[in-house]
Amino acid sequence: MAVVERGYRRPLTRLTHPPAFVDPDNPCIMTSGTLPQISASQVESPDSLVARFGPERPLVLDSGVELSPLQIAYQTYGELNAARSNAVLVCHALTGDQHAANVHPVTGKPGWWSTMVGPGKPIDTDRYFVICSNVVGGCLGTTGPASINPETGKPWALTFPLVTIRDMVRAQAMLVDFLGIDELFCVAGGSMGGMQVLEWAASFPERVYSAMPIATAAIHSAQNIAFSEVGRQAIMADPEWRGGRYLEAGTRPAKGLAVARMGAHITYLSEEALHRKFGRRLQDRSAPTFTFDADFQVESYLRHQGEAFVERFDANSYLYVTRAMDYFDIAGSHDGILANAFRGTRTRFCVISFSSDWLFPTGNSRSVVHALNAAGASVSFVEIISDKGHDAFLLDEPELIATTSGFLAAAARKRGI
Amino acid sequence: MAISSPHFDHDGERLDHLLMARMVEPGSRVLDVGCGDGTLLDLLVRERDVDGRGIELSHEGVSRSVARGLSVIQGDADADLAAYPDDCFDYVILSQTIQATRRPRVVLEHLLRIGRRAIVSLPNFGHWRVRTHLALKGTMPVTKNLPDTWYDTPNIHFCTIRDFVELCDAVGADIERAVALHANGRPVGVNAPWWLWNLFGSQAVFLLRRRTPSTTDHNVADQRTVDHGKKQ
Repeated sequence: MAVVERGYRRPLTRLTHPPAFVDPDNPCIMTSGTLPQISASQVESPDSLVARFGPERPLVLDSGVELSPLQIAYQTYGELNAARSNAVLVCHALTGDQHAANVHPVTGKPGWWSTMVGPGKPIDTDRYFVICSNVVGGCLGTTGPASINPETGKPWALTFPLVTIRDMVRAQAMLVDFLGIDELFCVAGGSMGGMQVLEWAASFPERVYSAMPIATAAIHSAQNIAFSEVGRQAIMADPEWRGGRYLEAGTRPAKGLAVARMGAHITYLSEEALHRKFGRRLQDRSAPTFTFDADFQVESYLRHQGEAFVERFDANSYLYVTRAMDYFDIAGSHDGILANAFRGTRTRFCVISFSSDWLFPTGNSRSVVHALNAAGASVSFVEIISDKGHDAFLLDEPELIATTSGFLAAAARKRGI
Repeated sequence: MAISSPHFDHDGERLDHLLMARMVEPGSRVLDVGCGDGTLLDLLVRERDVDGRGIELSHEGVSRSVARGLSVIQGDADADLAAYPDDCFDYVILSQTIQATRRPRVVLEHLLRIGRRAIVSLPNFGHWRVRTHLALKGTMPVTKNLPDTWYDTPNIHFCTIRDFVELCDAVGADIERAVALHANGRPVGVNAPWWLWNLFGSQAVFLLRRRTPSTTDHNVADQRTVDHGKKQ
């Protein structure tokens, strides 16, 4: 039987991190030894709602494996109306989590989509009942490689089955069922979240009234698989990774995970944004030191991004979730024709891309739009001019806010919300 | 992309838009290519209960259209029409846009392929003001209806009403209806000969369909019908 419980509310355990990001004895190497295992406590009993599914409700994965028991950590905002017609499912990106619009329990920062979700925001919590869950394979409370395998009593680590974007969507569908909701008014998300939006529309068209896939693609490109692989190899090259069994060994591949994050973070920005933000400016010094210390601001920034990331993310989870993206190819599972995935759909789509996004360039979105047109779907599409790269979908972009607000308000009028 | 300064009825609707809206059967599926800020599409949804879609090049136009609740994609007629399957719309509208496309003939062929009917409105470069401007001043006309100078106009393929009728014939389009409008938005005399339309029509609106073998003998001049620009 599935049970829901309110996660135990600890006082916010905000990390106090030394401002210096370098080991004083060896300034060219990032530190990692003193990081507390904060995220581990979120794995089993997260600071959020949790739905648990017992042996009678296994999650049947694309790999054929039946995953059970399953735990899904989620947050909700706003109220479900009497007709149960105002639910919006928000899907998070690679390293996001269920904390879309509340203060994050680990970092103390605002929710990752607080620009888009909240009272008076495009996904208006005064109007809609918003659900956001941690993906299967994640590490913030939904079952993943850091969870304990009940058969062994040890963390799953690499014995955890490979999951796909469709598996993530199937798990979300179980949660939506559990909440007693038949049709979602909207499924929205960016990047990997946008992949889930497209998969929802393809797998459960009758359950998706409207869809907003943002800064995403229906297929993960060779270049993006290549970036994923560099990140995974960085983690696996860290001796502290211990073949994936670092939790049992009491170690953490923090350096490897930080390097993976640093590399990935570059792909989330743009050349122009990096130039504007940092240029070639030096960090807390007036002249180069002629060492491998972080002379440049951009280096210091990336090291900080890497270090901050390992506080809240599990390295094996990073392997699994990047792999899920690699396998994503909707057309591949529809005779190679993307339009076939959306044939006969009644879902209203709003596809959005950003001009400086080179991770999920506009061409990816345009392919989705062409397929939707070929399938006769109702689709809006805009490429938003921005120099902020892929991450623009997380930022306060006025045109993003205006377009999504207009789209959702019009859809709500049609739906009678 | 509209280049004519529009004229409006008492409800603030553009007369050329009302004319096109009346050519559309209620409840049909419509694609508006170059839909601007969605004014015509919005009119069609409100007045003709159509299932409407739009394509628009400008960001502002797309954003404003989507904010109105219309399904509009950012794209351009030259590049994006090829992705649509045959006969997927009842009507495809190209309003004051064909003269700004790179390949008008290919665009028109796509309209006829995608839609069971196409509605095309275009500014008439054969209008007497344009002709006299060019004849007397010897410079490219800049008139109320053609306000841009030659070097910054988006219009790259000007034609006259007569030119367009010839293109229709070349691509195998039957003209089901045609209406020429004065600069004030009122129709030019309905039974007037083509040359008069070509001289006094500031713009023209055509309702087209793919020519089928049984309709090849049609005389387009006989198919012009009365249209007084009144809202139905």
